[in-house]
Amino acid sequence: MPTAYYLILAEMLFSIGIAAFLIKRNVITIFISIELMLNAVNLTFVAFAHMWHQVSGQIFVFFVMVVAAAEAAVGLAIIISIYRTRQTLNVDEIDLMKS
Amino acid sequence: MNPMPASTIWFIPLLPFAGFLINGTLGRRLPRAVVSTVALLFTAAPAALVAWLWTTMCTSGAPNTIESVIRPFGYEWIAISGFHADFAFTVDHLTLIMLGVVTGVGFLIHIYSVGYMAHEEGYWRFFAYLNLFMFFMSVLVLAANFLLLFVGWEGVGLCSYLLIGFYFKKSSAANAGKKAFIVNRIGDFGFLLAMFLLVVHFGSLDFSQVFATIAQNPQWQQQGAHFLPTICLLLLLGAAGKSAQIPLYIWLPDAMEGPTPVSALIHAATMVTAGVYMVARCHVLFNSSPLALSVVAIIGAATAIFAASIGMVQHDIKRVLAYSTISQLGYMFMACGVGAYAAGIFHLLTHSFFKALLFLAAGSVIHALSGEQDMRKMGGLRTRTPITFWCMSAGVFAIAGIPPFAGFFSKDEILYRTFASNNPLHIVLWLIGLATAGMTSFYMFRLWFKTFFGEPHVDPHATAHHSVHESSWIMLLPLVVLAILSLVGGWVGVPAAMFGSNHIERFLDPVFTNGTAAEAVAATTGHTLELVLAVVSVLVAVAGFTIAYVFYYEKPGTADALAERNSHTYAVVKNKYWVDEFYNAFLITPLLMFTRGILEIIVERGVVNGSGQAAGAATRGLAWIERKQISGNIRSYAGWLAIGAAAVIAIMIFGSSMWGAR
Repeated sequence: MPTAYYLILAEMLFSIGIAAFLIKRNVITIFISIELMLNAVNLTFVAFAHMWHQVSGQIFVFFVMVVAAAEAAVGLAIIISIYRTRQTLNVDEIDLMKS
Repeated sequence: MNPMPASTIWFIPLLPFAGFLINGTLGRRLPRAVVSTVALLFTAAPAALVAWLWTTMCTSGAPNTIESVIRPFGYEWIAISGFHADFAFTVDHLTLIMLGVVTGVGFLIHIYSVGYMAHEEGYWRFFAYLNLFMFFMSVLVLAANFLLLFVGWEGVGLCSYLLIGFYFKKSSAANAGKKAFIVNRIGDFGFLLAMFLLVVHFGSLDFSQVFATIAQNPQWQQQGAHFLPTICLLLLLGAAGKSAQIPLYIWLPDAMEGPTPVSALIHAATMVTAGVYMVARCHVLFNSSPLALSVVAIIGAATAIFAASIGMVQHDIKRVLAYSTISQLGYMFMACGVGAYAAGIFHLLTHSFFKALLFLAAGSVIHALSGEQDMRKMGGLRTRTPITFWCMSAGVFAIAGIPPFAGFFSKDEILYRTFASNNPLHIVLWLIGLATAGMTSFYMFRLWFKTFFGEPHVDPHATAHHSVHESSWIMLLPLVVLAILSLVGGWVGVPAAMFGSNHIERFLDPVFTNGTAAEAVAATTGHTLELVLAVVSVLVAVAGFTIAYVFYYEKPGTADALAERNSHTYAVVKNKYWVDEFYNAFLITPLLMFTRGILEIIVERGVVNGSGQAAGAATRGLAWIERKQISGNIRSYAGWLAIGAAAVIAIMIFGSSMWGAR
């Protein structure tokens, strides 16, 4: 199977991730869309690794997964504490940094 | 004979400067005793050095050899393609006399200040300024070129400003300081222009070079070179500013807002004589221009009589002395103007003794009366403050020109030289000088009688806490020394007609060899004339005394009645001829209108503030655009991020081909 197929799939996943990130208002949905983008990137890594017969791409995917796991832990913790303080998960209402 | 090590001269200005640094930086934290010890030590040492210099010079054979003992020396300061001005000192007979006055009288006044300022705030500040003044004044008189002289010149002006405004919380004192500084700027402007002209025409600012060039080019004078009178008149403007001559004298009476020792040191004995010193120092220049010399003499005589007439009706004891100082400085200028430089310097010397004495004694009186300066509220102090009275009397007799006190000899010398120089203009000047002598005698004895004789008019409420008291010994000691000097100081210049040998003129001969035109004339007229003139001036002085005696001692009230009868004349003089008002109306008000109306609105608000505000508005506009992005909405951030990322990718893909093609 040509590498391009994998890349097209990855591109589609990434675009869905961006679109979801920009459109959705729920923090958890946004969080999931981030995961979607990360995994789209992982897919390209693996595809290129397969194409060039190099393991470094696959190894990098493990790193991304580890970081993503850590990020998920921190991110979920933040989400919980936001919900506790503001009783909402709507990002449009979380705008304390507005200048 | 031991050659004087030239480097010693450096200590004369540098020691007071060290004192200034110590008191100026640490003085606030030091106890008063330490501050005054430092100040006194660092002025006593230069005075001792100068005394040593004198003995070395005078015992090393003929005093005419000073210039062969100490040559000009110094370090390179400014050197630009052919032109150079060095940080150089030179010592000649004239400098030696000035140094003696500056360090000697300066030291005495320092001693006096310890007593006078004992209860004042800012004690350390006062002594730091005084020491700084001594530094600049020594630089002024030691300088070997115009530029270094100008450094000292400006420096003493600065100290004068600082010390006039010493009580800066009092707005009149602060204003007086500003007035002195600004009026002096006008004079300095003339001095600067004169220096520029000197550089253009002589290519040098060294005294020796400039004077040598003039001596080598006598044809300039015959062909009537225009630049010589111009330079002289500009220098005269500078001297008029510093020495308070018409038309720039107005700052000196106001300068009396400063503490009394300052009035004695700066505004009587030393700084204000800098103009006279400068004219005498540049006598070669002035001699080359008869026009400039005449202007000097006329300005001097006019100032002398003008200030004396104002002094006759003042009530503030220090203002009387201030106008008297202006008047005496006029005498000195008159002497220089008729070519009798030595007589001018002689009067400078004696004046520094008796005027410092008068100011210090006046300070002692003011001190005794707890700050009262109005003579109408004094009187009968003769028995209350006997030592001050006797010292003051010496000063009064000296300035009034009663023999054998110092002022008689120097004033008489000036009058005689003026009369004897065989010039119809000078006869008029002599008459003015004689009239001034009479007026001087009158207003000084007026002060004397009003202060020390008659009934005490002291306001009982003002002095309830302190009874009238004699000053402490530390204030009286300098008074006594100066009183003795006022008595004997003139004896160095007893003319040959009175069986003296006029030491001071012999002493100054090497400096003023070119200025002997008047002296040569004088030598031919014989002694009889001199004696007759002396008798005339003594008679005039006695007349002044008698009038003052009748007006203020025998029949008090006569003066008021007279003033009543001539109320118009009296008002003119009492209001100081409205000169201040004239300057206000015709110079200061238009200038203020110009600055407030045009400069402030167009330049200040339009250009200066406008450009600043425009820059501010531009920044605010940019910030307004930026602020739109910072919405606090996380999805808008993400959108910007996506657009940015897309832009980066677009540049990476298409940019390289676009730029690579070049």
